[in-house]
Formats: sequence, C-alpha cells, structure tokens
Amino acid sequence: MKTIILRTASNYLLPILLLFSIFILLRGHYLPGGGFVGGLIASIAFVLHAFANGLKDTKKLLKIHPGFLMPLGLAIAFLSGLLPVLGFGEPFMTGLWLEYPIPVIGAIGTALFFDIGVYIVVQGVVLTIIITISESA
Amino acid sequence: MLIAILAGILFSILLLFIGKWVKTKLQLLPALLPLGLFIYFAQFFPAIAAGEVIEQHYNWVSSFGVNLSFRLDGLAFLFTLLITGIGFLVFLYTSAYLKNNDYLDRFYGYLSIFMAAMLGLVLSDNIMSLFLFWELTSISSFFLIGFNNKSEASRKSALWALGITGIGGLLLLAGAVILGIVADTYTISEMVNQKALIASSPLYILIAIFIFGAAFTKSAQFPFHFWLPGAMKAPTPVSTYLHSATMVKAGVYLLFRLTPVLGDNTFWNTTLMLFGGITMLYAAIHTIFRKDLKGILAYSTISALGILVFLIGLGTKEALLAAAVFILVHALYKATLFLVTGTIDLSTGTRDVSVLAGLKKIMLPVAIAGFLAALSNAGIPSSIGFIGKDLIYEGTLQLPNNVVLLTSLAVITNIFISYAGYLVGVKPFLGKLPERFEMTKTPEIRLWLPPVILASLGIVFGFVPSLIQDSLIKPILSSVAIDASDIHLKIWHGFTPVLALSVTTIVGGLLLYFLLKPTDKLVSFSNKLEVVSPKSIIEKLISLFETFSGWWTRVFQNGYLRNYVSVIIFVAVILMAYRLLQDTSYVIDYSSFSKLTVYEVVVLVIMVGAIFFTIFAKSRLAAVAASGVIGYAICLLFVFYSAPDLAMTQFAIDTLTVILFVLVLYRLPKYLVLSDYKQRIRDGILACSFGGLISVLALEVLAQPVNEEISKFYAENAYILAHGKNVVNVILVDFRGTDTMVEISVLAIAAIGVFALLKLRLRGHEREQK
Repeated sequence: MKTIILRTASNYLLPILLLFSIFILLRGHYLPGGGFVGGLIASIAFVLHAFANGLKDTKKLLKIHPGFLMPLGLAIAFLSGLLPVLGFGEPFMTGLWLEYPIPVIGAIGTALFFDIGVYIVVQGVVLTIIITISESA
Repeated sequence: MLIAILAGILFSILLLFIGKWVKTKLQLLPALLPLGLFIYFAQFFPAIAAGEVIEQHYNWVSSFGVNLSFRLDGLAFLFTLLITGIGFLVFLYTSAYLKNNDYLDRFYGYLSIFMAAMLGLVLSDNIMSLFLFWELTSISSFFLIGFNNKSEASRKSALWALGITGIGGLLLLAGAVILGIVADTYTISEMVNQKALIASSPLYILIAIFIFGAAFTKSAQFPFHFWLPGAMKAPTPVSTYLHSATMVKAGVYLLFRLTPVLGDNTFWNTTLMLFGGITMLYAAIHTIFRKDLKGILAYSTISALGILVFLIGLGTKEALLAAAVFILVHALYKATLFLVTGTIDLSTGTRDVSVLAGLKKIMLPVAIAGFLAALSNAGIPSSIGFIGKDLIYEGTLQLPNNVVLLTSLAVITNIFISYAGYLVGVKPFLGKLPERFEMTKTPEIRLWLPPVILASLGIVFGFVPSLIQDSLIKPILSSVAIDASDIHLKIWHGFTPVLALSVTTIVGGLLLYFLLKPTDKLVSFSNKLEVVSPKSIIEKLISLFETFSGWWTRVFQNGYLRNYVSVIIFVAVILMAYRLLQDTSYVIDYSSFSKLTVYEVVVLVIMVGAIFFTIFAKSRLAAVAASGVIGYAICLLFVFYSAPDLAMTQFAIDTLTVILFVLVLYRLPKYLVLSDYKQRIRDGILACSFGGLISVLALEVLAQPVNEEISKFYAENAYILAHGKNVVNVILVDFRGTDTMVEISVLAIAAIGVFALLKLRLRGHEREQK
C-alpha cells in the first residue's frame, strides 16, 4: 500500500488528525466528543501513517513503544481522582474545577485530566494491539 | 499512625532499589524498621497504662462508610508490641538464617508487607479496613510459605493456606457487611453501643457464623486446622512470626475484639467452646504422633489457639483475663521454641527429634533459651506460663456448670502441650551427643540472642508480673468493656485447687516425656488415620471438583470460537424466549413511531445488501469489508436519531475493527468452506431467531412506560455539579468516572494480554512438559 499519493497525504494528515483528536478531546465537555473518541482518532492517524510509510517509520516516529502510554494514561486518570483526596480531603474522584475558564482550552478541572488519561490509555491500547498483531505477521 | 502502619509497605518498595545492598553490606538495615516501630508504639506505654485510647481518623470512601480510622487501645497495644517486638527479633534472626539466600531482599519485602498488614489489622477501628488488612496478611503469608518456590510441597502448602484463609476472608467480608447493615455503622467502637440491637436482630446467627468462619480458618481451628502444619514448609522465621506469634492470632483477635459486640450470647459461647475445645484436645494429642520439631510445634500452636478460642467462648471475666495473658505467654515461649528449632535445623541439618540429643555442648545459649521456654510452656512456677496456666484453671473452675468436664479438658490439653515443650526445648540438648553432630559449628550470635531475649522476658514477667499487669493486661480487659480495676496477677495463690491442677499438669507432662519416645511407629500410626482427617476429605472433594470442571471445560471450552458464539446466543435466545412468551401482550403502538424518511430507507437498503453480501462472499476480505459497511450504516442511524457521541465512537471503532481484521486475515490460509449445508441452515435459524427476538424485545421496551428520573437527573445536574454540557461525556468522566477508570484498566489488561500472547516465545526448557 506504499503509494506515493497516500504517503504524501499521510504526512499532512497525521498532524491534522492529531490536532483534530485533541480538539475532539477538549470539546467533549460541552459538545459531542471526549477522550475515548479522541484517542481512537489519534490512533487511526498513526495507523494510517503506518499503512502509508510502513510500521518501522511509524515506530520511529513514536520513539517509545505505545505500550508505555497505558501506564502513563492510567496514572494520570488515577491521580486526577486521587487529587481531591490528597489535596482537599474530599472523597475519591470528586470533581474539582478552577473558577475561571482559560481561553481556547475552556474550563480546567480534574475531569479534564481524567479525560486526558482516557485519551492516552486508548491510544496505548489500540496501537499496542495493532502493532503487535501486524508485527507477528 | 498511618505512616507507622504503611511503613512496612513503603519499605518493601524501597527494597526494590536497595535490595542488592541488603544482601551484602546492609544486612542489619531491615531490622531497624520493626525496631523503630517498636519504639514508636512503646512511647504510648504511659498513655495506655493510664487507660487512654489513642484514635486517629482519615476519611477514605466515606460515602460507603469505609474510612481509615485507627484506634490504639489495650488489646491493639499488646498486639502492636508483639508484632513489632517479635518482628524486630525475627528480622534480626533472618539476617543470619537466610544469609546467603539469593532472594533475601524479596523475603524482607514480603515480611515487611506482612508486618504492615498485621499492624493495620489490629489498629483498624473500621471493620472494612480490618477486612482489607486481613486479606493482605493472607496474601503475604502465601508468598512467605511458598518462599522456596522450587519445591512443589511448599508451593502446594502455600496454595492450601491461601485457599483456606481466603475463604475465611470472604466470610469475614460477608459478616462485616451484614454487621455494618444491622448496626448501621462500620466502626467497631460504635458497634459496641448497638449490642442490644445486634443481639435482637434475626441476622445475628448469620453474622456470628460468618465471623466464626473467618476466625476459625485464620486461627487454624478444627476442621480447618490442617493448613497450619503445611505452612511449616516456610522458612523458620516465617513460622515463628506468622504462624505462631502473630498472624494465626488474628482470628483470636477478631473474636476478642467482637466479644463486646456479639458476645454474651449462648450461641456465641457454645460454638466457641465447642470448636475451641475440640481443637485444643485434638491438636494436643496429635503432638505425640510427630517427630519433626516443627510438626510438633505446629500442633501445639493449634492447640494453644484452641485454648484461646475456648477461653473467649467461656466469656467470663476470669476466662478473658486468662486469654489476654495467654496470648502474651504463648507468643513469648512459642516464638522462642520456633527460633530454637530453626537454629538447630540450620546447624545440624535435621529436625528429627528422635535423633537430636546432647546439643547443649555445642550451643549452650540456645539450650538455655530452649529450657526457659519449656519452663514457661509447662507452666512451672517463676515463669509467666505459670501465671497464664493458673488463670486458665481459675477460668474453668469458676464456671457455673460443667466445671469438671471443662477443667479436665483443659488439664489434659495442657499436659500434652507441656510434653511438646519438653520435646522441643529440652530433649535435643540433653543426653549424649551423637557422633554425626560432633562437627557441628557453634551458631553465631544473631541465631541465639533473639530466642534468649524472648525466653528471658517470659521469666522476668513471671517473677515480676506487676510489670505487665497495669500497662498491658488491664487495658486489654478495658478495651472489651470489662472493669479491670480489681485484677491482680500473682505468682503465689496459696494451696488452692488451682495449684493442685498446675502440679498435675507439670507432673503429667514430665511423665509423658519420660515414658513416651517419639518413634517412627507412632508417626506411621497417625499416617494410617490420615484417611479420615479433614484434610484428606477436603482433598478428595477438590479432586472431584477438578474432574468435574475438567469435563465441563472439555465440553464447552472446546477451542472453536464459532461454538462459543453459538452456545452463548442459543442460551440467550432460550432465556429471552421463555420470558417473552410468558407474559407479553404483543401490542405494537404504531402511532408512536416516527415517519420513515428517505435517508433511513436508503441506509436500510444498504444494510440489508451488505448483510447478504457478507453471508455469500467468497473471500474473507470481502466479508470483512461488507461487515464494515453494516457498521457504518448503523453509525448513520445513530446520527439520524441524534446520538452524535455514539456515532463518532462507533465510526472510529468500526474503522479499527476492519483494520484489525485485515491484519489478522492476512495470515490465515486460503478461504475454505468448512461448514456443510445443514450446519449453515442451523446457524441461519439461530441467527434469525436471535435477531427476531431482539426486535420483539426492542418493541416491548418501547411499549413500557419509561422511567425518566435517572436521565432527568443527569441532564439537570450535568452543568450544576460537573460543569459540563455534554451529558454523555459528563457521565463518563464524572458521574460514573470510577466505571470508566475500571474500563480503561480492563482495556490496558486486554492489550497486555494480546502483547503477551503474541510476543511470548518460550525457550525449549520453559515449555510445559507433558
């Protein structure tokens, strides 16, 4: 599938799709979207890149094995739940929010970090599975 | 206090990094941890002696009533001192006992985790956190028993112990939950005030049975006792620490702790007396059929635990006092005897009591420790054991009925226990040294100092009981709501029936010791009776269960994915059809349907076309692509019916599924038609009936009145409580965030599973040998 058209296109599509996935992630709180879909879109972006340029190039681009994204994401999600316990003496996973929203990103709260954790885990899971399966072919 | 409890767990994490130095230069470092904790807890001495109770409270999951509340009262205080004090000596002893072991750091890690768990268990005032620490002790005990994981016997014993205590843990959870519901609190110190309410509840019997189950399994009561002799496969420091001094007393602790909540009740008292009585006698008699030192000690420990349960069952003030003193007495002498055994084993390489003799010449300090412990064990005057034994007899003598029976039971048990003590603490050291042991080296100081310290404490307390009377023993009774002001621990009571009983015990033990020599004959005699022991009965049940599950697995888990799917769908169809045929009115309210639009018709046509294409496709790739089309068509339906979140996710998932399929299909052999005509018809009928049923079900659901309360709550509160306007996402990340947390964990586990399955390349010798 290494056609020149797809390869050229994927070079532009990858950053755009990644940006789009982050957009979807951030927008999730008010409008359709969220960490899960965002993570899926981001992984599709990488998979597309792998189709066009070969798995080796994609792995080089990723630098680390996507498996490491899973503990990272889980840790972020877990810590966002733990923050209220440690910092404010509230029960686990109480939603805490900054009073004023920040431009572009919107309201900042623990739920946002939780969603970012989900976003990262989903990417880690999907890419690990797909890379493992296609490597052992 | 939280830091003190968690210190062991933190230390075990630290060991990951400093492990290699612990094996070489820093051998004594781990022992500093229990020493520090001992000092920390010892500073509460004056406060406890003054009758104070130290409490600390951390909110945890308060919405479920599960909090980390810790309460240091008399009972907890005695246990913390035993855990940290004996812990220190055991840590010290271990540094020499397992000196050249490759996994010494790992051993210390497990031991520290155990210590933390045990401290948490005795300090918890919340029964849920008590349960948590209870389980943690079982788990750390599993790793410690199976420490020599290359030996099959020790792996098996570890599993036995985990199995039995694990069942107990589940029972404890059940008991704790019901108790919490009945008492309307999970805090033990508050339950005491609800005693009348709990006692009058119809659930009382159930609570008591569950709590008994937990305590009897943990504290090795008959018929669950057999995991404890098995647990002796663990290195001796473990047997000393977990399986005589601390962990096995957790069950006794639980009963003691709950006495003011559940006690003073005929069912409670009779059951405990019965089980404790059977256990103490059964195990005590068993000691004469052993010649392995640790085997003898294991059974005498079970017997001692039986005495404790029995005393708690008697439930009088005297009996509880006896139990409180006996916990301390037993911990001191039994830990000594275990350490002595360990040293003998390490130096001579055998634990067979019938060949050991004359070791006094080689290891005098160990012999002294053994003698002193045997004195205390036999209850000879001037030892704390004497006081303990006297209290037991006082407890039984002052009962309102069955005095003779229960007292003689106690006397017989004690005779056998003191015989066991002589056998372990005295026999190996006296007599002529056999030739084979003449080259034995004298053990180093770390191998004899800990038992000497423990044994001497037993004598010191025996001479000066006032040392422990006010500071340790009285607060224990106060912590189970008994007025303890008039208690006096005395060495000399005058010429009383109690004295006569004590003398009988001592003489009886000595007689047994001189008349009965442990021989192979006795051992093989008991092995013959092993067939009817609880252990072999349970083993048979387990092998029956294994045969059954093997058959079950072969029938249903036959490795063909298509069979799994058809079985699942078939069962689902049967269940649904049964329910739907029973009472359904089949009214379809056409007026409630919205009008069919052109888009929907187009999508439906695409879908049906794709379905037929999938079924009749001649290549796998075509079938996968077609099933992808079905998925996308469903996405479109979601869009039409305004579920954009769902549509987006479904869209992305479908794309990935097709990609995954393609990746996998690449590697499969050429497409073959494996199923014949009949099978296809059968599958077709199954699929159609499933689809049909789902349609009927959907229509039925539509006809039901919808409970909108939940969705209304979410819609109204999404912005107010969670600052979000997308209700779906707010539910995912906030309202039901914990669900999502677990879901992403499951996802990660699945990915790791795929990774492991495909990447695992076993080398020849690692493959399972058949």
